[in-house]
Amino acid sequence: MLEVTRLKKYFTTQKAVDDISFSVEKGTIFGLLGPNGAGKTTLIRMITGIFYPDEGSIRLNGKKFNPDEDSSHIGYMPEERGLYKKMKIGEQALYFARLKGLSASEAVIQVKDWFVRFEMQSWWNKKIEDLSKGMAQKLQFVITVLHRPELIILDEPFSGLDPVNANLIKDEIFRLAAQGSSIIFSTHRMEQVEEICNHIILLNKGKKILDGTVANVKQEFKENLFRISATPFPKQATPELFDVIAKYDDGMTIRIKEGYKPNDVLRYFIDQQSNISSFTESLPSLNEIFIKLVEGTSLSRQFQPTQS
Amino acid sequence: MNKIGLIIRREYLTRIRNKTFLISTFLLPIMIVLFIAGTVYLAIKGRTNHRIAVSDQNGYFKDYLKSDSSIFFDFSPAIDTVNYAEKNCSAVLIIPVLNEGEKTIYRLKYKKQLGLANIDDLEKRVSSAITDHLIFTKTNISRGRLDSIRSASDIAELKTFSDEGKKSEASSQGLSYGVGWACGFLIYLLTFIYGAMVMRGVMEEKTSRVAEVIVSSVRPFPLMLGKIIGIGAVGLTQFLLWIGLIVILAIVAQAFIPHELMMEVNNMQSANAMGNAQMAQGSEAAKQIFDVKQSIHHTNWALIIGCFIFYFIGGFLFYASLFAAIGSVVNEDPQEAQSLLLPITMPIIFSWIIMTIAIQDPGGSLAVWASMIPFSSPIVMMARIPYGVPTTVPYWQLLLSIGLLAGGFLFTTWMAGRIYRTGILLYGKKPTWKNMLKWAFKA
Repeated sequence: MLEVTRLKKYFTTQKAVDDISFSVEKGTIFGLLGPNGAGKTTLIRMITGIFYPDEGSIRLNGKKFNPDEDSSHIGYMPEERGLYKKMKIGEQALYFARLKGLSASEAVIQVKDWFVRFEMQSWWNKKIEDLSKGMAQKLQFVITVLHRPELIILDEPFSGLDPVNANLIKDEIFRLAAQGSSIIFSTHRMEQVEEICNHIILLNKGKKILDGTVANVKQEFKENLFRISATPFPKQATPELFDVIAKYDDGMTIRIKEGYKPNDVLRYFIDQQSNISSFTESLPSLNEIFIKLVEGTSLSRQFQPTQS
Repeated sequence: MNKIGLIIRREYLTRIRNKTFLISTFLLPIMIVLFIAGTVYLAIKGRTNHRIAVSDQNGYFKDYLKSDSSIFFDFSPAIDTVNYAEKNCSAVLIIPVLNEGEKTIYRLKYKKQLGLANIDDLEKRVSSAITDHLIFTKTNISRGRLDSIRSASDIAELKTFSDEGKKSEASSQGLSYGVGWACGFLIYLLTFIYGAMVMRGVMEEKTSRVAEVIVSSVRPFPLMLGKIIGIGAVGLTQFLLWIGLIVILAIVAQAFIPHELMMEVNNMQSANAMGNAQMAQGSEAAKQIFDVKQSIHHTNWALIIGCFIFYFIGGFLFYASLFAAIGSVVNEDPQEAQSLLLPITMPIIFSWIIMTIAIQDPGGSLAVWASMIPFSSPIVMMARIPYGVPTTVPYWQLLLSIGLLAGGFLFTTWMAGRIYRTGILLYGKKPTWKNMLKWAFKA
């Protein structure tokens, strides 16, 4: 649905986006991850048509991306939320809907529909100044998706929301994806990514360093760690089979050594007359993968000349 | 409706519906009227009456120096150059013996300044006293006869006409001056008010971060243009409301003029229309009303209002895009705006200063040049136009000025658009002028 090929954007002091390619399938929820300053916002701004790329191409539904025409197919919720403080909420929602190309009558229908769905009918004549931060967030989300965009880009959509409202938005994201919208979801909150995203890419210093489905990525970074609960534990550990990483009251985490399989471990436990109550592979969390990949590279991005 | 139309509509409606718009539309004219009335009142009331002691060694000034309500001459011998202040005189005039055929200096001593106008007046009175004295002594004419000749000689009055080839139009210098001044002032004021409004609008969008949401739907240039046009339309609406207000006030004011007086005025008007040059009939009040009506009648209002609308729009577009560019580069700190604004406000203030000079000499070279250059032409040209087109302002000057201003605002809008599109999404450090020029003229 969206295809980004060899995209580059250099600023005078930084290679903000340096040769990034990826594609987003229809109806998927796509996680765009990366530490601060990795180039996420610049990348998003090119996809939304705010910036022109220096090099590379963006294709939407197989056609070259044209910011003037395609903006009506895209909904973008930036990390820094922005609404007119002094404008009435109903009018404001209508204005943004019409800027995205809805006709006046259709805009009214859509806005009313969403306001009912989010129980915001009573806000119509209020101003943004009267809303709490979380309420403004909900409104911002509604404004982003009002025009039924095919591609929805959400930059940290849950920051500042209480769990109830966060769930409300999360359900809407799933519903929109099920209806066929593709969603790019940019965040640093890895637990949300694991819960929501089908596919992720990880950016660091303007480059893509990871690309795959959440399950594949976890497989790729697994370290042969298993959690086993059994009673009683075998009296002696057998160092040639596995290392014990951590011990708990009811079990332990082990790393199986090169050349052995989980079945070997299970056979060993059975032979030792130990009753196994559970045995599960413990895959790394995205958070651990993220930290592992990004750690070691200098924490804040250094300014570097783009001419090499 | 296309996107720029939507933006114009939003900018226009949110401001028109605002209470401050209504208040400023109706309060500003009232405040200006009160201000003018106040200054006139103070100027009249503030004029002090001077008592001036005269120490005359010729002996005849007593008979010729005329006192009136503004200056009273006191010849009492008890007052001298030392004690005049205690005797309630503001100055003492010392006139030594004057001899024919040579210049003799006479002196005025004072403790407090009398003011320039009073000194001029005093000098005139002294020289006419000398003239009177000489006429009286050198001829056999009697005092009474001299005075009656003087009052009988007041039979001519100057009226100015602007020469337009075939016909000559009666012109009123005073009215042209007043209208020119008002037009220049109004453009100056509106450019500042609405230019600043554009800047604040842009800053609001930037600091509230709405800009990024909108820019993902609309390109920055139409966004800037929509804002400028929408706010300009608010300014135009306000101007038209003021015109309406003035017309209504004029009609209301006419209703307060007594009926008989209006009849007289009407009679004079029809007499004038029939080519009757002698229109001496009629009371003094009727004459004054007639004069005002006549000069208002002869002023080309359609041209003035038409030009005003063009120069307001042109000048506004010229400066508003610059204000928008400044608004796009500053961050939350309004202090930053102050220093960046200086290069934009200075030309406006200079134009105003040039206008006050140009209006005294509307055909002079400063006036002509300043009404060509787009930086100052909206204010200066509007001060010149009421003096007459094509007499004071030839057609070629008007057309050249209009052409240059149109070119000027296209250029500033283009340049500002390029600064704006970069600045609007840039947070953090305030850019330097060098940076901004680079955005404007490179890639």
